[in-house]
Amino acid sequence: MRNNKTEQIIPYAILSIIAILFIVPLLWVVFASFDGNATQVIKIPEKFTLDNYVSVITSSTNQRAFMIGLLLSGGQTILVVILSLLAAYPLSRFPLKNKQKFMLTILFMTSLPITAIMVPVYQLFLFLNLQDSLFGTLLFLTASQLPFGIWITKNFIDGVPTDLEEAAWIDGASLLVGLRKVVAPLMIPGIFTVSIFVFIGSWGNFFVPYILLQSPGKLPASVTIYQFFGQYGYAAYGQLAAYSILYMMPTFILYYFAQNHMSKGFTMGGAAKG
Amino acid sequence: MSTENALTNKRIKNNNNSMLRKTFFFLLPSLVILLIFFIGPILMTFLFAFTNMSLTGAAAQNIEFVGFRNFVNMFQDPSFKSSFITTMVFLILSGIIGQQILGFLLAVLMQNKNKSFRKFVGGTVMAGWVTPEIIVAFTFVSFLHDGGTLNQFIGWFGFEPVSWLFTFPMVSVVVANIWKGSALSMLMFQSALDNIPDSVNEAAKIDGANRFQRMMRITIPMIKNTIFTNLVIITLGTLGVFTLIYTMTGGGPAKATSTLPIFMYEQAFVNYQLGYGTAISLVILVIGIVISLLYIKLLKTED
Repeated sequence: MRNNKTEQIIPYAILSIIAILFIVPLLWVVFASFDGNATQVIKIPEKFTLDNYVSVITSSTNQRAFMIGLLLSGGQTILVVILSLLAAYPLSRFPLKNKQKFMLTILFMTSLPITAIMVPVYQLFLFLNLQDSLFGTLLFLTASQLPFGIWITKNFIDGVPTDLEEAAWIDGASLLVGLRKVVAPLMIPGIFTVSIFVFIGSWGNFFVPYILLQSPGKLPASVTIYQFFGQYGYAAYGQLAAYSILYMMPTFILYYFAQNHMSKGFTMGGAAKG
Repeated sequence: MSTENALTNKRIKNNNNSMLRKTFFFLLPSLVILLIFFIGPILMTFLFAFTNMSLTGAAAQNIEFVGFRNFVNMFQDPSFKSSFITTMVFLILSGIIGQQILGFLLAVLMQNKNKSFRKFVGGTVMAGWVTPEIIVAFTFVSFLHDGGTLNQFIGWFGFEPVSWLFTFPMVSVVVANIWKGSALSMLMFQSALDNIPDSVNEAAKIDGANRFQRMMRITIPMIKNTIFTNLVIITLGTLGVFTLIYTMTGGGPAKATSTLPIFMYEQAFVNYQLGYGTAISLVILVIGIVISLLYIKLLKTED
């Protein structure tokens, strides 16, 4: 009996230690952001203040960087969701000849390191005269997440029974209307999953805008926060922490609201068989 | 009566198929964007890796094919060799071993646990995944700093402070990457474990299989598809890690953490040798392609 009890406690103990290890580095950011005299050591603020936040928020450079970040990530998310829905639909419904090969290619592209193609992408942007263009960056970001979007969306459409849209066609609905009014509403969880993943990935993406954009006025938050770190990072820990918290906020909020929808997106394993 | 029904069914089916044929056009916008911005750069990698393309100097005007010169230079370049080894160490320690095993351990330990406890632990691990790479870098730079939290903590036990980022740069970036990425493995293994029916494990228990035997003989074989998929995603994801290392150590000290992406960035955008930079990207790409094809093949033959 005693043995049994220890056996039950051990997993809880291990998990608690892991949880603490995961949370301590982040707690430092939270505490430091409210601390008037923040240092690198985690400590509860002696002098609680909102000054760090005020100085970050009131800077027009920071406001601009956040707006550009929202524009890029929001635009990319919308484009990926719409294009993925369109592309995944025939892949799910229509008996294409080389569907399995196509899906394996998509899976392959999903995990291909984007880093590896950034040098040629930069060359492509020079060639197309798109360097330092927000729209060009938006298109490339969309392409980079499209395979992932198509893969997940196809898995979700596979789960929607075909009877409903067939019934809609008999009632005279067109394909697009069937997709928009019948299929899309049934896969809100899938759309959420894709949106959240794409937005989080895009919002946190530093490398792509760092390479493709040059004008200081066009840089999104992910790049300006890096510059802030370089310029003031070792002097103004409190401000850096507050900036970090503000920058992390959108992804954490989105994740919090969407977490119930997300688990379904991870049944990726068997689906490779097409 | 029944033949009539079958005929109607067949007609509806044909009707639906001709309807669905039109959906082929739905693929077009995605295909165009992928061709220009994804497949295009991949093909360009293969092409430009054999040129002397440069951002400055004479080679910026006239691009010439130089055959395998970039590759000959690369294989003679000691920085490339050390960068290659650094990449493999980072990949194996942080991705294949670190994230995969920690993710699996978390998923196994969290099975059948109290629901709010599961939620709490899962939440802390997910926090790492949700945190943008650049913030992970700042956080760990502060955490590991000479005057940071970790040194304060070991100070309680009488240890002298350590300059973690200078003394153990690789360990530092490995730990940060495990912290950042383990959630994905955890979620994938959780969902795979949830799909194993309880009856399978119950039956094995009745047959007298112990915990270890059940893990090796039942659980792992049943989730092997997930393991392979996870390996592909982690390997290729880790291979491309740039931001975390670039912002934590900049590839240093003395190139100790200069993985191939960092090396590529320096050659292409700091030294302006785009041709050489592309040759390095080609190496990353080819490693990625080989590993990915290998896993996909394994996944198919194992079925």
